[in-house]
Amino acid sequence: MSFNPESMINRTVSNMPPSGIRRFFDVAAEMEDCISLGVGEPDFVTPWHIRDKGIYSLEKGHTHYTSNSGLKELRAEICKYMERRFGLKYDPMTQALVTVGGSEAIDLFLRTVIEPGDEILVCEPSFVCYKPLVQLAGGVPVAIETKEENDFRLTPEELKAAITPRTKALVLPFPNNPTGAIMTKTDLEGIADVLRNTDIMVLSDEIYAELTYTDERHVSIAEIDDMYDRTVVVSGFSKSYAMTGWRLGYALGNPALIKAMTKVHQYAIMSAPTTAQYAAIEALKNGDADIQVMREDYNYRRQVIVGGFNAMGLHCFEPKGAFYCFPCIKSTGMNSEKFCETLLHSKKLAVVPGNAFGESGEGFIRCSYAYSIKNINEALNRMEAFLREIRK
Amino acid sequence: MANTLKSKILDILHRDCRISNDEIAKMTGSAADEVAQIISELERDGVIMGYGAKVNWDKASGPDSVTAYIELRVTPLESLGFDRVAERIYQYPEVKSVNLMSGSYDFGITVEGSNIREISSFISEHLATMNSVVGTATHFVLKRYKFDGVICGETETDDREVISL
Repeated sequence: MSFNPESMINRTVSNMPPSGIRRFFDVAAEMEDCISLGVGEPDFVTPWHIRDKGIYSLEKGHTHYTSNSGLKELRAEICKYMERRFGLKYDPMTQALVTVGGSEAIDLFLRTVIEPGDEILVCEPSFVCYKPLVQLAGGVPVAIETKEENDFRLTPEELKAAITPRTKALVLPFPNNPTGAIMTKTDLEGIADVLRNTDIMVLSDEIYAELTYTDERHVSIAEIDDMYDRTVVVSGFSKSYAMTGWRLGYALGNPALIKAMTKVHQYAIMSAPTTAQYAAIEALKNGDADIQVMREDYNYRRQVIVGGFNAMGLHCFEPKGAFYCFPCIKSTGMNSEKFCETLLHSKKLAVVPGNAFGESGEGFIRCSYAYSIKNINEALNRMEAFLREIRK
Repeated sequence: MANTLKSKILDILHRDCRISNDEIAKMTGSAADEVAQIISELERDGVIMGYGAKVNWDKASGPDSVTAYIELRVTPLESLGFDRVAERIYQYPEVKSVNLMSGSYDFGITVEGSNIREISSFISEHLATMNSVVGTATHFVLKRYKFDGVICGETETDDREVISL
């Protein structure tokens, strides 16, 4: 009998579906003249002064590990930033942990708090990582479907209905990928009212916090009364400073939780990349203007793409955050996968089926507007031609 | 002019002057009429002085051209100061830009010609002989890397790879 490595893979991992996003783009990548609204990362390059500081740190020979929690100066800058932007006070020595992207911080949190069988509430549609990471940590992911009629916000009633005695934490991913939904202060107060007399924690994934297009700034649930201690805020540099490839994020929260998460981090990762940490210090110190410039550009594109979809009769709710829009394709009579597949093959336009972000995304497609206006206009033209054909 | 519609329009047109009023209206979430109105005001007030492509002449096949950057030291004309001198310099079509500078010289001038000889004779016959000019230093451009915010020779490519997010 020959040894079969595949049979060695544990059930959790072998049952884990591959990300629904990848499948499409592997096809699209091979197609000539294919254009895409698929990529979920900024098209901007990291601003030069930030890259330059990374390079300088290498010239100075800063090539060692940092402390497990991250450079002290970086943690101090992160805490200063949180206070400056959101009025949230964290102690750099005990409440901040620098991680490999926001993703690692999410994983650390889940692995740190989940006991086998614990239920973790996950708002959907949302970023694809939460459910698999909950399962890997031995927990049970419980989806809460947010609805278009509520602007894809989580409502207190939906939250209340999902809570059981096994509920351990709520994953709150706003501004949201893929819908572009945001939660206002009032919305969050409603959520806080439900959570206040429970032991339920909040993992607030605020990686898109800097990319909102309303007059009021993003509000973190940690700012709401009684929510500070139960909330771990996860954020990072990828989206706000166009630093995806540097792989740098952070977690902020109660000292006991951060200490425990740091234990997991120190055994699995040791420390986040040193060069990236030096660059990130520069980003936090002198990068506010860069965010402003990029946000303005995203906002131009957002208005072009949302207006474009609505004009061609593809109803698109107004996304107020991140860099995605989530038009509804139910009027075509196709399901999301079929729509995307037909679109890709007939018009060489790649978008992501909404159900890749949870079942409640069925009937929608995710279109990223982290693309040049020229690319967006070409995509809109192709989409319009496609709709004309299928509606005939 | 922080973030007004006017400044947004200028910013957009500066990056791409061929963009239509309709498109600008969509991008800024305003009415096309209003955009047209603001643009004609900007033109009327001389804020927008013209529209032109940013051409990488090194790549365009056509007659060769040479650019020189000239440092000019002058004696300002009595009662008329530097402005009068500048006016006399910028009348020449060869002169593409004129700036009054701080530091060790007075005017920084860019001059274009079809070859070095043409530029040399322009300087010796017209610039250096001008009444108020006391000295020139000419630097020829060897290679252009970036021009008006655009990096020459770099075309836009999207090298983002397939990733599951």
